[in-house]
Amino acid sequence: MLRFIIRRIIVIIPMLFIIVSATWGLIRLAPGNFYTAEKKLAPAVEQNLREKYGLNKPWYTQYRKVLWNMARFDFGTSLKYEGQSVNQILWRALPVSAALGLSAYLLALIVGITIGTVAALRQNSWMDYGSMVIAMLGISIPNFVLGPLLVLLFGLTLFWLPPALWNGFPSKSLILPAITLSAIYIAYIARLSRSGMLEVMRSDYIRTARAKGLRERDVVIRHALRGGLLPVLSFSGPALAFLVTGTVVVERVFALPGLGNYFINACFNRDEPLIIGIVAFIAVAVLAFNLLVDIAYGFVDPRIRY
Amino acid sequence: MPFEENEHQPSSDHMIPEPALHTGPEFAVAEDVHEVVAGEPVVGTSLWRDAWRRLLKNKLAVLGMVVSILIIVASIIGPTIIRRTNGFTYDLIPKDQTLTKSFAPFRNAQGAFSWTHPMGTDNAGRDMLARVLSGGQISLMVALISTFVSLLIGVSYGATAGYVGGRLDDLMMRIVDVLYSLPYVIIVIVLLALLPAKTPTGQLAQLFFALGAVSWLTMARIVRGQVMSLKNQEFVLAARATGVSTPRIIFRHLVPNTMGPVIVYATLTVPTVMLSEAFLSFLGLGVRPPRVSWGSLAAEGAQNLAIFPWQLVFPGVTMALMLFSLNFLGDGLRDALDPQMRKN
Repeated sequence: MLRFIIRRIIVIIPMLFIIVSATWGLIRLAPGNFYTAEKKLAPAVEQNLREKYGLNKPWYTQYRKVLWNMARFDFGTSLKYEGQSVNQILWRALPVSAALGLSAYLLALIVGITIGTVAALRQNSWMDYGSMVIAMLGISIPNFVLGPLLVLLFGLTLFWLPPALWNGFPSKSLILPAITLSAIYIAYIARLSRSGMLEVMRSDYIRTARAKGLRERDVVIRHALRGGLLPVLSFSGPALAFLVTGTVVVERVFALPGLGNYFINACFNRDEPLIIGIVAFIAVAVLAFNLLVDIAYGFVDPRIRY
Repeated sequence: MPFEENEHQPSSDHMIPEPALHTGPEFAVAEDVHEVVAGEPVVGTSLWRDAWRRLLKNKLAVLGMVVSILIIVASIIGPTIIRRTNGFTYDLIPKDQTLTKSFAPFRNAQGAFSWTHPMGTDNAGRDMLARVLSGGQISLMVALISTFVSLLIGVSYGATAGYVGGRLDDLMMRIVDVLYSLPYVIIVIVLLALLPAKTPTGQLAQLFFALGAVSWLTMARIVRGQVMSLKNQEFVLAARATGVSTPRIIFRHLVPNTMGPVIVYATLTVPTVMLSEAFLSFLGLGVRPPRVSWGSLAAEGAQNLAIFPWQLVFPGVTMALMLFSLNFLGDGLRDALDPQMRKN
């Protein structure tokens, strides 16, 4: 187990290196520069700018600086938000994205597992078909359509919830974004837990539990759920990667000042330090989360050995 | 889901398991053995006819098939019909100044009922129906071509790894594992934001490539598993004994036999890719004006949501309907072609 963890942690380092190098390479390959978006600069001014940001140095010096920055997790100063370091922006945006992602994921777990389990226990009933159609709807309605439609209904017609605003963590402003973001996870988790539960409910150890005379409720909650929800657990790793994608859209739809929103703006502004900072940060988060899920997997399912 | 695996398979409730009992079209031992009744000719059913029959029994899958065919046909011929009948195209801005604004569905300039614009118009007075159908053309094209690109990469990669085996297989599959855990969307966003193509057509080509290049991983795994279970069978041995070259064995003998699962997974890839395209277009990174796709139309509509909700509702609902139908069709196809994996 320990060897497995160490090996996985060691793999993270070259992967991070590849991601950051690819991003930096793309930024460098792109024609133009961050200052070319606006009006043409006088040659002297351009010269000064290039000097200030180290762009006149050879590429390997710049590349080395990027890698060194990443190693220390200090990405320098943003080009667009002047006077703010990338780290300041990261730490300001992270709580917004984290609050959104976490509440969406919790919501998805609770609702998704409930729907999936009920569907599995009442297999082939109208409840089963109904919940699977709902799950398919959740997969099929893109979040950038669902979000605005929810805003239209609850924000602009019924006036129950604010259409777009950020009021800190426990606030009404989080409800619509969290629902929008969680829709697709509810759907996936419902489908995963349904098929997982169906498989487990037919297994021998469930028959044993029933034969012992346990109540059906105990059989389901204490025995079946643990095995049946393994697919859900292994989905949690990729889910975080999806969550990143989802938050980009949802934060844009609801104008939330989170990582996704900063990331898109940084890409459009060619804000090199900020792009690299956010990419590295997201990569670390996703890789670490994948590792955690694998470790948790070993604990939940004793049949797995590394 | 096999429990021994700790690999993550995105978007899978049950992906196709590695050893599946398929025989493809070429080496069909696919004929069911029926009891021979004296005097009656023996009627064999092929794997495909069998699958087709099972598919037709699945009501949701049939509905999905009908709806997606309707939308596809409407997207292909709709824009031409509209242009022939009343001259609207997706980028036709009316000359008349009073018409260059957004009308509600079935309303004309005076606010009275009219058949001219069944989906209304956008801010510049362009017919929404023509835009939604033309957008469908682009969305479908991107989805199909990108799926094809991912098919090409995934099938050749997976088949090579599976057939050659050994160290090369280890290395190739390790690469796939690594790519799986990358937040590739981030890289695609950086790519599309920083290297915008010069022309709208170039932009489309870039989209095909970007989307195809990131969605071949699961395909490679599926094909590898299939090839591994096939490569020790007699027909491969026979081919090798008669001196057929390795690439030819892989592509002429093994790949055709993996087609069942490949087709199923490709059907499920189409909606995923379509969604990715729409997502990128929504962010302003995919299809650029004057071209439209469902994603870029939804982006436009979302901006005018409060006043002109129909600008979002029509492209959004059309796309959701298409994805919904395709997903059901894909699920149905999987159940039909792979009865083993049938949803319990």
